[in-house]
Amino acid sequence: MTTATADFDVRRHDSLGLRIQHVLHANPVLGPLAVLIVAIIAFSIVNSRFFSAPNLSLVLAQVTVIATLALGQTLVILTAGIDLSAGAIAVFSSILMANFCTKLNMPGLLALLLGFACGTAMGAVNGALVTRIKLPPFIVTLGTLTIFFSLNSVVSRSETVRGSDMPDLMTWTGTTIPIGNFRLTYGSIIMLALFAYFFYALSSTAWGKHVYATGDDIEAARLAGIQTSRVLFSVYTVAGLLYAVAGWILIGRLASASPNVGVDYNLDSITAVVLGGTSLFGGRGSVLGTLIGALIVGVFRNGLQLAGVEVVWQGFAIGLLVLIAVSLDQWIRKVKT
Amino acid sequence: MRDLFMPRAGRLVAAGCAATLVLGTAACGGGDSGGGDSGGGGAGTIVGLITKTDTNPFFVKMKEGAQQQAQKQGVQLQTFAGKQDGDNEAQVQAIENLISAGAKGFLITPSDSKAIVPSIDKAKQQDMLVIALDTPTDPPDAVDATFATDNYQAGKLIGQWAKAKFDKGGKQAKIALLDLNANQVSVDVQRDQGFLEGFGIDVKDKARIGDESDPRIAGHDVTDGAEDGGRTAMENLLQKDPAINLVYTINEPAAAGAYQALKAAGKEKDVTIVSVDGGCPGVDNVTKKVIGATSMQFPLKMAQMGVDAIAAYAKDGTKPEKSVDTGVQLITDEPQDGVDSKDSAWGKQNCWG
Repeated sequence: MTTATADFDVRRHDSLGLRIQHVLHANPVLGPLAVLIVAIIAFSIVNSRFFSAPNLSLVLAQVTVIATLALGQTLVILTAGIDLSAGAIAVFSSILMANFCTKLNMPGLLALLLGFACGTAMGAVNGALVTRIKLPPFIVTLGTLTIFFSLNSVVSRSETVRGSDMPDLMTWTGTTIPIGNFRLTYGSIIMLALFAYFFYALSSTAWGKHVYATGDDIEAARLAGIQTSRVLFSVYTVAGLLYAVAGWILIGRLASASPNVGVDYNLDSITAVVLGGTSLFGGRGSVLGTLIGALIVGVFRNGLQLAGVEVVWQGFAIGLLVLIAVSLDQWIRKVKT
Repeated sequence: MRDLFMPRAGRLVAAGCAATLVLGTAACGGGDSGGGDSGGGGAGTIVGLITKTDTNPFFVKMKEGAQQQAQKQGVQLQTFAGKQDGDNEAQVQAIENLISAGAKGFLITPSDSKAIVPSIDKAKQQDMLVIALDTPTDPPDAVDATFATDNYQAGKLIGQWAKAKFDKGGKQAKIALLDLNANQVSVDVQRDQGFLEGFGIDVKDKARIGDESDPRIAGHDVTDGAEDGGRTAMENLLQKDPAINLVYTINEPAAAGAYQALKAAGKEKDVTIVSVDGGCPGVDNVTKKVIGATSMQFPLKMAQMGVDAIAAYAKDGTKPEKSVDTGVQLITDEPQDGVDSKDSAWGKQNCWG
């Protein structure tokens, strides 16, 4: 008769495959991190200009907007939802902020805060439709995507607002500061600070635990006493605020607020989350993974261009990576104890 | 019993909000899209306008020009657009809608020059007049007439201008090409290849971007014709070859993004940007020395001529000229010998958008 009751440790005679599965299950970030490191090494070998402080700072600046969008997207996907309106909320918020301080002549700070409030409200609309009307997140955000995108065209009349016409605060996120040989933008610093904050919030606060629990098994969470409706509503609303911040960072990068940018941002944010090892089925993942996922996309785009590869293959590479990431996620979920 | 007659307040409020949102949006957005009745009825002639998208300012201005002209002619204009560049499906549906509405004819900027032809054939079988604007179909005679910019000439003009400028300064050029996307779209290919030919570079196959091997070309990248794509593409190409001093861009928003990248790298004074479009924000950028030279198009003229042609066809069956080049005008504040151009002040008065 065996004395072992519940034995969750990796047994010594497990095959290598099972051991890898256990390790990846415990640390969902390892897979994407490995991909990122291998990619950086490979691209550095092909073109030595890749691994230089200016180029790496550039890649960080290039992924900042998507990473911020993906941060909000991660919160939503952790609850087993999805937010197809991420990019639309970001661009519409940026247009609103820009018009507040130009057409309505509001001071910069007020326009900025009002823009954030609008983004938060748009997220709240998503949250309300998901929790009150109980519609599936995919359907809700598909509808709101179209609505916000249309409102964006109506409000902006398809015209771009120039940075020089706006107060300096609007384009502040694009200003760079040198840190050693690296040149970071304030936008990137804000993005990294947000990631650090949510890393803390998701791992060490009750709210964070509730988010994971709701995504993992919503019925069990409800039975355990968690107010799942409130958790879901809060997730979509906070995501809306994050998208608005992404919109502000976008204005800094372009030195203008344009209604026609970011056509792919909705899918790009989901790609970053998936590549980062967060499960689309909810309950598992980490914002650190999302940051790595966003960096992977940026590294590939930049690295393939430096390597002289034709543009068509960049899309192919990213698509392939996504399939590998989701398959890996499925395999990890099957871990047997 | 109370639960039957008093549904939870929360659900009612939320449902009410959703309904208001839907109605409000419909009320706000209704004026602009589809079925715009813009005329005193006249003979109730219906004219269609199908653009690639409703968001690109080029098509927004084209639509405005068409609406004004439709009012003057007393015909009813129905407008349609795809969701994004390349959305062929929406244009196919638009043609079907126009056929069942009994339109006399329509203007179309084809998103996919080949794939739209079967739908156009269907329309012509109903004796509708079909005019292509801005982009020709493939084959070009699938439509009754084409009013378009000669995009090859547009590219050629900025190429010739750049060559003259660089020859004068005795500079060796290192060229970056910021294109639209990887799909070899006709307008993209024509402008890119026209620019290279104007500059004096062997383009090999005129119908393909990227098959050239001239060492003066530093590289190609894609922008989706917007500022963010322009910025990222320029940054990556600069990393690949910091010696780039001439940048061709597919349109002025991409050029604006490229300028931001150059400014961040401290190179905005050393690098020349050329573009195509002639939108008012773009002409402003010529004045501000962001763009060195741009080829101006005339979308309003295209739309007006198109509406006039269909109105005439409806009246007495006259068909327009098969192909009209609505013209390209080089706008620059640094005129070069041998290349005809107008300055940005003229540009400001004739720009669109």
